[in-house]
Amino acid sequence: MRLHSSDVVRFAWGALRGYPTRSVLMLIAMAIGVAAVVMLTALGEGARRYVSNEFASLGTHLLIVIPGRSETGGVSPGTFMGETPRDLTLDDARSLTRSPGVRRVAPMMVGSANVGWRGRERETVVLGGTHDMLAIRHWRMAQGRFLPRTDFDLATPVCVIGATIRREIFGASRALGSWLRIGDRRFRVIGVLASEGRSIGVDVQETVIIPVASAQQLFDRASLFRILVEARSRADMEPARRFIVATLRERHQGEEDVTVITQDAVLATFDRILGALTYAVGGIAAISLAVAGILIMNVMLVAVSQRTAEIGLLKALGATARQILSLILAEALLLSAVGALTGLLLGELGSLAVRHAFPTLPAWPPWWAVSASAGVALLTGLLFSLLPARRAARLDPVLALSRR
Amino acid sequence: MISLQHIHRDFRVGDQIVHALDDVDLDIAAGEYVSVMGPSGSGKSTLLNLIGLLDRASAGRYLLEGEDVTVLDDDRQAWIRNRRIGFVFQAFHLVPRLTAAENVELPLLLAGVPPAERGKRAAAALRAMGLSDRAGHRPDQLSGGQRQRVAIARATVTEPAVLLADEPTGNLDQHAGQGVIEVLEALNARGITLIVVTHDSAIGGRARRRVRMLDGRIVADEAEADRAPA
Repeated sequence: MRLHSSDVVRFAWGALRGYPTRSVLMLIAMAIGVAAVVMLTALGEGARRYVSNEFASLGTHLLIVIPGRSETGGVSPGTFMGETPRDLTLDDARSLTRSPGVRRVAPMMVGSANVGWRGRERETVVLGGTHDMLAIRHWRMAQGRFLPRTDFDLATPVCVIGATIRREIFGASRALGSWLRIGDRRFRVIGVLASEGRSIGVDVQETVIIPVASAQQLFDRASLFRILVEARSRADMEPARRFIVATLRERHQGEEDVTVITQDAVLATFDRILGALTYAVGGIAAISLAVAGILIMNVMLVAVSQRTAEIGLLKALGATARQILSLILAEALLLSAVGALTGLLLGELGSLAVRHAFPTLPAWPPWWAVSASAGVALLTGLLFSLLPARRAARLDPVLALSRR
Repeated sequence: MISLQHIHRDFRVGDQIVHALDDVDLDIAAGEYVSVMGPSGSGKSTLLNLIGLLDRASAGRYLLEGEDVTVLDDDRQAWIRNRRIGFVFQAFHLVPRLTAAENVELPLLLAGVPPAERGKRAAAALRAMGLSDRAGHRPDQLSGGQRQRVAIARATVTEPAVLLADEPTGNLDQHAGQGVIEVLEALNARGITLIVVTHDSAIGGRARRRVRMLDGRIVADEAEADRAPA
């Protein structure tokens, strides 16, 4: 004997509506589980995209030269000699401009100093840079202009300030043309950065940018923090990297003591880390689905004992064990499906709310999380109702019917 | 029609074995009207459950319509319950969330009968019980007598050969019980084999054949062929 599937669905639906409390309870459990997966993965995915976007804003075709080898393993003679990596110098930076694949080079220094103007003072990050830094980092000017195009060695007493610095130090006064005291020197403000966008690590709005040679004097240090190199195209990046490594090795007496990282590599690393994080968070949220499954099993067990007489009756009327099984499973599946749909809806609404509250965070749930959570919900619903359903199918009709 | 040969049914209660049925022989011909009476615990309900294939004998043979049903598997027994046997219970056992018509349709639904035909047959069964105007009502909107007649409609909608009634009037008042018994007897008059289990001698006494049980044995089996059917 075969039941019509439409009859199974209708009967199961009727049974669910017949016991609204337990049905709603299970629905909520399922919905919360699914919504948690959807929302948490949306957050993880949002973080991943956020970081990607931040890196993209760092500049395109960017290579970053850092002093010292970051590779572990392998023992170089320097290890025994107690040799520290050679510093990066302005001459190093200048030598890198000679490659056809390199469009721009920006030596960079970082330090912190007290800046002040007419009694107002604060400590802030001071960047030593050059004219090309503006283009490489994709910054925009609000007022004035950026550092002038001069030789790297020229220490002109000019500075460009971030929007926050301008507000805090100058307030309503005119900043352009004023003399800002940085450490024990004075610099003329020639430009204010537009207050948009953040850059990984440093909030440019809270920095003061001075020519790199001036920074060397200010911090009394010749070594560069790093050198930013912009390749002409994506295809030029690898030749440019090889050129940089070869040139600097030659300049450093054959010692390969710099690390060149490409923006792509950094991005890929972050991508991997945050991708893993999204999976992990999704996995944790999936635990709530399993918990929902256990709840479903409990409630279905109660449902079966609650409806013992009905199941006994169905058996008396000629239902086979398989029919009883399919009726109970259909009930659980139907409930899981409605719960999953509700959960998806809640999750999407939650993600929407997050995107609304934090417009910079692109918190879109990834498609795999949406489909996986719905699938897992149905599967747990099915799996955890197997036991109750089998118990129902094995019910002794005589005992079931004699209970009132 | 029904032939029970040396049927035993034992239950374990704790470490004791209770003989609910103890070597029962019973032959019932098609179209008979049999009442099974006896005190509670005498095994009459066990006998009815066994005849209705809700229970299996511990020993003995049971032939239903010439077929040895003791050896059949569960699914085949379920099929026979669905097609050949109708149950009427003391507690009605209607599904509370379903309407009268939907309750009557249940056995047909389990048999996989398409909805349109189900509706027609359920309506006919309800009409036969005089309940056409109650088809859309739920059990809690019906009186006790009406509920039992819905249950009878459900038991007969598959046109079974045997109708098994376990204390069919037990939950009804005198008047409603009378009505239900008359409906059952009318069905018997049209050819269905009717077996009624009751402890009410007024009800049991109406049957043409009266089986009396005590301690799992049949102690009396009297037929009054000469008595006019009530």
